[in-house]
Amino acid sequence: MDLATLWFWIVGFFFIGYFVLDGFDFGVGMSLPFLGRDDTDRRVLINTIGPVWDLNETWVIVAGASLFAAFPEWYATLFSGFYLPLLLILLALIARGVSFEYRHQGKGLRWTRWFDGMIVVGSAVPALLWGVAFANIVQGVPMDADHTYLGTLLDLLNPYALLGGATTLLLFFTHGVVFVALKTDGEIRSRARRLATRAGLVTIVAAAAFLLWTDLAHGTLASWLLSAVAAVLLIAAVLANARAAERTAFGLTAATIGVAVLALFSALFPDVMPASNDPANSLTIANASSTPYTLTVMTWVAAIALPVVLAYQAWTYWVFRRRITRELIPAT
Amino acid sequence: MTDLLDPLLLSRWQFGLTTIYHFLFVPLTIGLATTVALFQTAWVRTGKARYLQITRFIGKLFLINFAMGVVTGIVQEFQFGMNWSDYSRFVGDIFGAPLAMEGLLAFFLEATFIGVWIFGWDKLPKRVHLASIWLTAAATVLSAYFILAANAFMQNPVGYQLDEARGRAELTDIGAVLTNPVSLASFPHTIFGAFMVTAALLIAAACWHLARNRGEDTMRPILKVGLWMMVIAGVGTVLSGDQLGLVMVDTQPMKMAAAEALYNTASGANASFSLFTWGTPDGSSELFSIRIPYLLSFLSTHTLDGTVEGLNDLQAQYVQLYGPGDYMPTVWITYWAFRWMIGLGVVSILIAIAGLWLTRRGRAPRRTWIWRIGVWAFPLPLAAMSVGWIFTEMGRQPWIVFGLLKTQDAVSPGINGWDVVASLVAFTLVYGALAVVEFRLIVKAIRKGPGPDPSDDDASQDSPSLTTTVY
Ligand code: HDD
Ligand code: HEM
Ligand code: HEM
Repeated sequence: MDLATLWFWIVGFFFIGYFVLDGFDFGVGMSLPFLGRDDTDRRVLINTIGPVWDLNETWVIVAGASLFAAFPEWYATLFSGFYLPLLLILLALIARGVSFEYRHQGKGLRWTRWFDGMIVVGSAVPALLWGVAFANIVQGVPMDADHTYLGTLLDLLNPYALLGGATTLLLFFTHGVVFVALKTDGEIRSRARRLATRAGLVTIVAAAAFLLWTDLAHGTLASWLLSAVAAVLLIAAVLANARAAERTAFGLTAATIGVAVLALFSALFPDVMPASNDPANSLTIANASSTPYTLTVMTWVAAIALPVVLAYQAWTYWVFRRRITRELIPAT
Repeated sequence: MTDLLDPLLLSRWQFGLTTIYHFLFVPLTIGLATTVALFQTAWVRTGKARYLQITRFIGKLFLINFAMGVVTGIVQEFQFGMNWSDYSRFVGDIFGAPLAMEGLLAFFLEATFIGVWIFGWDKLPKRVHLASIWLTAAATVLSAYFILAANAFMQNPVGYQLDEARGRAELTDIGAVLTNPVSLASFPHTIFGAFMVTAALLIAAACWHLARNRGEDTMRPILKVGLWMMVIAGVGTVLSGDQLGLVMVDTQPMKMAAAEALYNTASGANASFSLFTWGTPDGSSELFSIRIPYLLSFLSTHTLDGTVEGLNDLQAQYVQLYGPGDYMPTVWITYWAFRWMIGLGVVSILIAIAGLWLTRRGRAPRRTWIWRIGVWAFPLPLAAMSVGWIFTEMGRQPWIVFGLLKTQDAVSPGINGWDVVASLVAFTLVYGALAVVEFRLIVKAIRKGPGPDPSDDDASQDSPSLTTTVY
């Protein structure tokens, strides 16, 4: 495997890390109106991700920056072509990020409810739009010989991409609600479990339809196999959740996301962004990548840094492994 | 109408506004993280309750500010691709590497251990918890290094070769990129500047309370640390700025000429530094000015009889070198930005020196207007920081990468004006609203002060709920 191909999979790994980790943050954020009956409930929910949401979000920065470093052409085409969806994602992440910190700093329920609303919207918008974006990448977009995107916003909102967006939205929602069941106790825990079962069933339908469409239109043997595995994992997750095996259920939703992203990357390979108007204009691993020297430098950096990063992040999750309950929330 | 919708112009405005905004929070993140770490170390070492109070008080200011640094930073990272895709194609092979290193080596560290610090008070041994804030602080400084190295490549490209066929610059020496003389000089200058900004906040918070005779035993140490920090960091900023000036003359002589609005090459006593010019600073219609002979020569070359090249000569040289075109930045902006940067900084330092004198050996001025100066001086170093960057970035124009790529050739070819109008308006509104909220929260947190001595009130100290859940 040459270095550029290796980096194709490393970029994939960073996006898997981002979707698995920030995915449940999005899910917890979206679950506020469903599981948060009062302010104490909502604080329980937010505190389940309190210590980790920032480190989870940082995965998107690393994913984006490694895309920039390893595939400048891909980064340039993707980010300028998907200008408005990315703008919405940025605005959503801003709203969500400041709201965690600011919701409890003001006075009165109105202030708090306002920021809670921003958390819900700020979680749902990226959960939807990342799916739309990735579906469009796999499907390909019109671009000229210089790899400049030729379409409009409406071209990005095609049925296949919207199904992709619905899938990530539902998948992250389920993933997040399963996480709530794993991290809380008492009544909210059992409510989360019941909600996860129902959300999981809907997600199975959407994900199956999306993966089937992907494989029929762009599939390879590998992506068919990976899609099948993802489907099995998701069904197993719903079953485990119904049996109150929370840890297993969470592991399985995480694995579902990971394998589904892998399926998308396999469907893409060896392109990184196919041109839907003329295959000759497609961006491929070969024509989008950085020089071997840059990739060598980056490989060394990743090889040294990643094990350390993964170790201290795992340690952080271990430190904050305890369940959060209503009793732990101080009165305001 | 078409001009107003020019994606280039709009993107420049957007990038300038969003970076300046991002950089309102970054200096405080860098400086406050270290300050919190210092006071927490004092607490762990001495066990004195008031150091814990101070740690928590400053820690709260740090967190309110930190959230803004994070969310505005992501915008910066995305904009290179969104608005400057031809730039990204041209330099990605080089410029992406420091950004990716920043993410992997610094941002991960910072984002992880800040969570550990906020939520870990009762979950970790004291020293491990203390280590988490030190790691956060170290990561902020490290991230500054990588981003400044990336920026330095734009000021002074090194360690690359041009690939004509692919129309891009390619990395040949990562060591050269990471030890660019410009980044070696701008790193200390920026970090010292960040500590000046932080010092100003500490001084303002302490003066507000001391003017009201409140919190003597916590606010005194904060004031003292703030005043000394301002003086030490101020001297560091000036000395490193001097070094940076030498490097700048070396790498971008046009910027120094523009900083001084020096149209014709001058040397010795003629290379004077104008403190103030009335009239148009284009050299043709100068009505009144205060000038210090030799100073410009000294700043640029560290000799009294050095020669400083003027704008016209440089323009002629660049036309020879790069072909016909206008190679001068907007002179009035660089001229005034350079003066305001230095002036605001020097005033801040003088105020701090006066403060040290007035509060020597436990003394306290009784007049409230004196305290008020301490409070209202807060924005000065922050403003110096912003105009310093405006000087640096506008002085580089018309280049985006000096000598290699012009800003006009860097903008994304595929975006249309309305897209950028949408994003510019959206960022302006959201950033404006957040600025109001952020400012009110900071003021509120300062006014509330550190709260009661935790050792007076065992219940609050032992209750795990206070620290297990924060939000
Ligand atoms: C508190 C802030 C502050 C203060 C008091 C000063 N500066 Fe500064 N200056 C900055 C904050 C700053 C900055 C915002 O941090 C810049 C922008 C880019 C950089 O590296 O630092 C900067 C840039 C900058 C540059 C441009 C570098 C380039 O474009 O390559 C020069 C030559 C100086 N400074 C020199 C000075 C001198 C001689 C000062 C005092 C006598 C001084 N600065 C005070
Ligand atoms: C944090 C402090 C910084 C501030 C306040 C700042 C400010 C500005 C301003 C005012 C402009 C607009 C100049 C113009 O269009 O005439 C600009 C442009 C730009 N800056 Fe910076 N800058 C900062 C740091 C950086 C860093 C660290 C980088 C790169 C890593 C960078 C990259 C750019 C780019 C790509 C542009 C757009 C192209 C251009 O107009 O030259 N800036 N910046
Ligand atoms: C245009 C240039 C810049 C870009 C692309 C950029 C990128 C970013 C990003 C993505 C974050 C969020 C990190 C997180 O989520 O943890 C951030 C925050 C931060 N940046 Fe910037 N930044 C720029 C300018 C600067 C400069 C000039 C400095 C320092 C000299 C700096 C230092 C920091 C620091 C200390 C933070 C604090 C929060 C954090 O790191 O989490 N940045 N920046």
